[in-house]
Amino acid sequence: MVRLENLKFGYSGTGFRLRFPEFTLDEDERVAIVGPSGSGKTTLLNLIAGILSPESGLIDVDGVNVAELSDAERRRFRASTIGFVFQDFALLDYLSARQNILYPYRITPALKLDAAARDRAEALAVACGIGDKLDRHPTALSQGEQQRVAICRALVTQPKLILSDEATGNLDPASKERILDLLFAQAAEAGAAVLAVTHDHELLPRFERVLDFAQFHEGVG
Amino acid sequence: MNALYLAFAYLRYHWARSLILTLVAALILFVPVATQILLSTSERSLLARGDATPLLLGSRGSQLDLTMAALYFSDEKPDPVTMEAVESVWDSGLGIPIPVHTAFASSGFRIVGTTLDYFDFRNLQIAYGRGLSVLGDAVIGADVAATLGKGVGDTLVSSPENLFDLDGVYPLEMPIVGVLAATNTPDDQAIFVDIKTAWVIQGIGHGHEDVVTVAEIAAGSEAVANAAVVQYQRITPENIDTFHFHGSQDDFPTSAVIVVPNDTRAATILKGRYLDGENPVQLIEPAGVIQGLVDRIFRIKSLLDAVTTIIAIAAFAAIGLAVFLSYRLRAREIATAVKLGARKGMVLRLLSAETITLLSISIIIAAIGASLVAQNAESWVGWLLSLGA
Repeated sequence: MVRLENLKFGYSGTGFRLRFPEFTLDEDERVAIVGPSGSGKTTLLNLIAGILSPESGLIDVDGVNVAELSDAERRRFRASTIGFVFQDFALLDYLSARQNILYPYRITPALKLDAAARDRAEALAVACGIGDKLDRHPTALSQGEQQRVAICRALVTQPKLILSDEATGNLDPASKERILDLLFAQAAEAGAAVLAVTHDHELLPRFERVLDFAQFHEGVG
Repeated sequence: MNALYLAFAYLRYHWARSLILTLVAALILFVPVATQILLSTSERSLLARGDATPLLLGSRGSQLDLTMAALYFSDEKPDPVTMEAVESVWDSGLGIPIPVHTAFASSGFRIVGTTLDYFDFRNLQIAYGRGLSVLGDAVIGADVAATLGKGVGDTLVSSPENLFDLDGVYPLEMPIVGVLAATNTPDDQAIFVDIKTAWVIQGIGHGHEDVVTVAEIAAGSEAVANAAVVQYQRITPENIDTFHFHGSQDDFPTSAVIVVPNDTRAATILKGRYLDGENPVQLIEPAGVIQGLVDRIFRIKSLLDAVTTIIAIAAFAAIGLAVFLSYRLRAREIATAVKLGARKGMVLRLLSAETITLLSISIIIAAIGASLVAQNAESWVGWLLSLGA
């Protein structure tokens, strides 16, 4: 699903350098990325998603070399292939839970908002236990419920890859377990691979593989 | 479409902020437009009234006061001229004089004592009832009827001029015999009576019980008139014959005289007769006086425009700052949209849609307000001009 080779990246004006010799992520695989703050974990997710461009190296996602895509192609590719889950949920307060789940369809023409997408949003919400809260705004939802909405948003476009950046970082221990179970279950059902950045070592046994990031970066980042 | 959908969702959710921004923007747009409409209408209305009144004869003094009193029935009270001036114009054969006596009021509206020529001159139509025919009759303007809720068959009482003047003028009760059709001019705000009725209000003419009876005369009694003699405060068919005037009508007063010259030549000759600065009577062209007033108003308007422009710039800068800060506060939302694959320009389209929606609603509100002002400008200006005293 994801193949990285000889990846090099640096932020101009800083001493941060990322060198990544080789990495693969299979379909349906769940891999955790750990490492100290500033080691480049989020940077790697942004490189895979095509938000950042590497200096050199290969970033192959679902058979597409992301690094060679134009900006517009990367955006379309990102919208249709990758689902993002953020630590702070990144929900929009002025949209209801349902509107938040369907938000990706509102911001890119690469996705078509049709009845099937609406049904999928409804089904995901029911599966995540927020089926009765779809008309509520995020401010009327608990943190756990908000993260469920974020997971639904990441999955509604039927992505092949879920990039999770500290998705459980803001949750209490009990909620962390439940949310991670939910994420894995829904990703498995959708046939999506999961690459998750986490600081939470208690959750690592739940992943099939752990990538320790401390070895890949140089300098301060 | 999606940008508009999200824009509406954002504005609806933050409705209080959106409402304030919309109303402020609408107000900024509305005020200069409404001011312009009202000033233009005022200018048109003022000039039209002035243009429709060729010459005005009155006591020498402020031409503006004379014009305002005779054309707009304002509260100014120029020194009266005598009816001798009216007769003088008649005798010249150069034009038609129409006296206008505006010294009194009733229920806040000016009583205009005049002759029937005034109604023809101003082309005033009777909407209900009939015109003036008997001493004491009153015909009221459309706004007077609407404001006081009075019509044909009701009565009006002239306001006492001085409550503490025990020797002064008694109020006169006048039956309303007609209501004029609306004209959107100061005539809508006036109570018209025959000029003789105005003189009765002034106390120059009056009616009262007989001081002596036929039997008393036969008995050789002396007639002694005193305060015990009942003065009539209402003119009725029964007592109308007792009303009479003391002195010569030439000496009776009028506030001003509208003079309608036969032609341009007649107008020039008439104007020439009143050029002498020693003459206590002056003949003026109201159009010129009004034009001077309008020029003065529009000099003030240019100042007002400058102030409005400065306020508008400041207000739009404040709105721009509010929108800019709002965009900065939404940096996280923008970053999320980019990560989720928002197409280039989507964010700009979204923010533009919000701004344009706000401004569009503001423009619609301002346009509705301006349309309301435009529809009612003539009546409002007419009312304002009648207050213009």
